[in-house]
Amino acid sequence: MAMIALRREGRRFAAPLISNPINPLRSSLASSECAFTCLPPNKIAYVIREQVVLGVRSISTQIVRNRMKSVRNIQKITKAMKMVAASKLRAIQTRAENSRGLWQPFTALLGDTPSVDVKKNVIVTISSDKGLCGGINSTSVKISRGLHKINSGPEKESKYVILGEKAKAQLVRDSKKDIELSITELQKNPLNYTQVAVLADDILKNVEYDALRIVFNKFHSVVQFVPTTSTVLSPEVMFNAVLENACSEQGARMSAMDSSSRNAGDMLDRLTLTYNRTRQATITTELIEIISGASALEG
Amino acid sequence: MFCRATTRILSHRRLFSTTPVADDLFVTAWKRIMPNLDPPKTPLTFMQPRPSAASPSKLTVNLVSPYSSQFCKKQVDMVTVPATTGEMGILPGHVASISELKPGLLSIHEGNEVKKYFVSSGFAFVHSNSVTDIIAIEVVPIEQVDPTSVQKGLSEFTQKLSTASTDLEKVEAQIGVDVLSALNSSLLG
Repeated sequence: MAMIALRREGRRFAAPLISNPINPLRSSLASSECAFTCLPPNKIAYVIREQVVLGVRSISTQIVRNRMKSVRNIQKITKAMKMVAASKLRAIQTRAENSRGLWQPFTALLGDTPSVDVKKNVIVTISSDKGLCGGINSTSVKISRGLHKINSGPEKESKYVILGEKAKAQLVRDSKKDIELSITELQKNPLNYTQVAVLADDILKNVEYDALRIVFNKFHSVVQFVPTTSTVLSPEVMFNAVLENACSEQGARMSAMDSSSRNAGDMLDRLTLTYNRTRQATITTELIEIISGASALEG
Repeated sequence: MFCRATTRILSHRRLFSTTPVADDLFVTAWKRIMPNLDPPKTPLTFMQPRPSAASPSKLTVNLVSPYSSQFCKKQVDMVTVPATTGEMGILPGHVASISELKPGLLSIHEGNEVKKYFVSSGFAFVHSNSVTDIIAIEVVPIEQVDPTSVQKGLSEFTQKLSTASTDLEKVEAQIGVDVLSALNSSLLG
């Protein structure tokens, strides 16, 4: 009884994978039949194809095994990426925390005016160059779009200045004409102040604006980042913003990779179960065939 | 319009002292345009609170650089900064001002103790509430500087200045000479 239940379970789990045990018999019958009688060639082809699809039982477990192997490889990759992100995060987190004193004098002096209403607006969107880091890039793109919507009207205009490949890829789709400047591969070598100062200088010199808003993700903890908009552009503020965003990126990548390796593990468990059940079912079927064949000969 | 602007500024003044709140005008505008998304935070939300009234006897100093915060909210008696217009002493209750710094010696007087730092360049913001923010690109305690390597670097840059052919090289060498001679004189002085 238990065996029957198990068989039924196994067949349901791997319904498309395991062949119906009756079919091989029928197809082998069909093929032997076609050897004797002269069937038209297209019918022969059909019979052969059916044989390939439904024929040998071991194909089904092979598919599952291949799938298992690829899932295991994916899990290895995501685990490695998580490790890399964790070590990068540690390095960049101390730098971001050390640079936090840097923007405060400017905010204390100039205040914060996100609602400032002027003619020429520029939105500096900070994003990452690489993907697989959760939702940080789409968050900063969404926030930038919102700011763009608020600050565009009949006699107002707003433009984008984009840092990083990912925000560029998203914003190019619908607001290509509003992109004033885009800079990528900022993080090829570790971020330093000189580089960011040159970049801020570049923006100050080449882009015309009355008000400017920097959009970035402020690092809060490994799993939490806060979309922030700052209205002061100075190399110091920019440096902190870029560091905070890089830090959030690594944190988000770490948690994304952690959850995807966990998902891969779950999937692997399920596949292993399916594989074992299918194998067991095949063995059982074969045994039954042999035993019943033997008993038929005896009887 | 002017009236609104002043009230805006005043409200910001108030924000520094009390717990910061988001800009209401911005939040309502955001809610109207993007009802499904929370408005972004602004840096004021993350600001460390600052004293509202001027402290009469002590000066609160923040000395920051891109790679470190040397100290934060330190209570001292006097600070001397190397401004481009000359050495400037800042005492508690100093009038609000902004000054650019040149390479030179920054000294912090705390009772009888004097701590000396070398700064490469930067800014000093003096607020009216006896808070001074000093932003420096590089800042090192003077005792950590090696005099022999300073001498060596100075002679190297002096030679570079004499042999420089392009304008860029000349300017670069000039900056090196300026910084290192300031460092040298502050080591000697």
